[in-house]
Amino acid sequence: MAKLNILLVDNDYGRSALVKVALEDAGHRVIAKLNDDANLSNNVLALQPDIIIIDMDAPGRDTLEQMREINRDQAKPIILFSAPNDKGFMQEAIRAGVSAYMLDGLNHAHIMPIVEVAIARFREFQALRKELDDTKSKLADRKVIEKAKGLIMTRKGLDEEDAYQLLRKNAMSQNKRLIDVARVLVSVEDLLG
Amino acid sequence: MAEFRITHGTFTVMAQLVKNLPEKEFLNLGFIALTDCAPLVIAKEKGFFSEEGLSVALRSESSWANIRDKVSAGVLDGGHMLAPMPIAASLNLDGLNTPMLSSLSLGLGGNAITVSLALYNQLLALNSQNANDPLSSVLALKTLIKQNQRNGNRLLTFAHVFPFSCHNYLLRYWLASAGIDPDRDVRLVVIPPHLMVNALATEQIDGFCVGEPWNSQAITQGIGAALITSVDIWHNSPEKVLGVTCAWAEQYPHTHQALLRALLKSARWLEQKENRAEACALLTEKGYVPVDPSVLRVFECGEFQYGIDKPVVQLPDFNVFYRYAATFPWLSHAEWIISQMQRWGHLQAEVNATEVAAKIYRPDLYRLAAQALNLPCPLFDRKIEGAHPQAWNTESDSGLIVMGSDIFFDQGSVELAQLNLGGCR
Repeated sequence: MAKLNILLVDNDYGRSALVKVALEDAGHRVIAKLNDDANLSNNVLALQPDIIIIDMDAPGRDTLEQMREINRDQAKPIILFSAPNDKGFMQEAIRAGVSAYMLDGLNHAHIMPIVEVAIARFREFQALRKELDDTKSKLADRKVIEKAKGLIMTRKGLDEEDAYQLLRKNAMSQNKRLIDVARVLVSVEDLLG
Repeated sequence: MAEFRITHGTFTVMAQLVKNLPEKEFLNLGFIALTDCAPLVIAKEKGFFSEEGLSVALRSESSWANIRDKVSAGVLDGGHMLAPMPIAASLNLDGLNTPMLSSLSLGLGGNAITVSLALYNQLLALNSQNANDPLSSVLALKTLIKQNQRNGNRLLTFAHVFPFSCHNYLLRYWLASAGIDPDRDVRLVVIPPHLMVNALATEQIDGFCVGEPWNSQAITQGIGAALITSVDIWHNSPEKVLGVTCAWAEQYPHTHQALLRALLKSARWLEQKENRAEACALLTEKGYVPVDPSVLRVFECGEFQYGIDKPVVQLPDFNVFYRYAATFPWLSHAEWIISQMQRWGHLQAEVNATEVAAKIYRPDLYRLAAQALNLPCPLFDRKIEGAHPQAWNTESDSGLIVMGSDIFFDQGSVELAQLNLGGCR
């Protein structure tokens, strides 16, 4: 496994020291630990790190954004540290999809065993995101079922409970999920108006 | 005592009011500490947000990337953005693939290109006429770059603030006008605005293109001298916008409208010269832009000094917040930005600039807000950028709007705009 040269940009000494030890234990090299990003552009150019781990609140984030410009410096994976006082904020941000960006350009299978400590949090956020996606799709499902129920109520003159039971019975007899039957019903209704 | 009778009409009005109430009252908006965050600050401090039923927390962010990520994630409802940012986000040039839109410009102009005193003097030696003329200064720079190449000197380094920024595109436009290749003949780097002055002082860079107060800061500290301002490169050029995600705008249409109305009121307030001193005090004393108020002269009264030993000149169009339909999201602005993204290889996919621009810039949403306040709005969605060397008039729904010049220093871009003449004035 290739040894990675990692650049740490963080003014939180405790945090960056911990990460540095973890990375070095895993056989990698922290080529520099910068406390501020005053000269980040030149440092990145001179040090040529494989990965940059940077404090989310460092203004130098924008300097690293330049790596996204096509035909410029080779893209480097950037891992963001979230600020301790910004934790709630960042969790929200990452849950909503910003996390894909945290490991930009790196193969998961490759990075996972390597910078385990640095990305443990990322895994956790991925899980949270999936959970959120599931919740979201469940919510969307419920809306479709409600709509199908409404259609049955209007067409058959049934009350809500009976409409639901009819939908459920139909699904069971067809060996289908409730949501699938509801979807068919709603789309047929859309088609025939 | 007057009798108050509830009539059918009262109910209709009340129903209308309830219907248009913001869906979301508490908002978080991100901004970067620059003078052009003023429309946001004024809307909060002068009560325009609360007049529209909004309770807004302004969050000072440390980077444009943070604003983009947090808006994209819904942690911020919207933000002060560089005009190319919603376009880059919508075209997935930034890896986030979040469609964004802008229905309001937060102002025109406000940038300058400042260089180290050493570079300034070198350019002056090569061009005794006028270093503050965009054409002669870039030709002098071209000569200097050639000399440096012959002598094997290092590349000159210029900084701007973000890959997808008007600063980047203005700087590149200016350099390229003299045949300087911005990707080969100089080194371009990104440095956050508030670190620019220090980077110039410590010779990490030779010059920069940034917004205020950072040019004035470098100049008054005797660290640099301005070559040209955005007024000199492209008069009344687009700069910052209010950016939100398309999903947010769809979910909170009334909140969005309330936000636009508050910011329109704010921009109109800022337009009054007599309010600028108060605006200046609010920006600095409340810590939004933590600098000495003395460096905000160009914002406060349009007075600019290109160098510490230079005379004070009047640049009334340096920061334009409301007049000249400055708040209007001109599709032609978005189209120019897309054309520059294509020019420099930032956008490599084949796209129809006109179609893309119309999805991201939303004059229709602007008009709804402006009409609710009885403010005039342009009838056309685009203008021929670069075709107006002087003040001119454009038609609005209520008479004519006086517009400012939109000329480029090299007379450029007219042809580009003419390709998209549909509905153009």
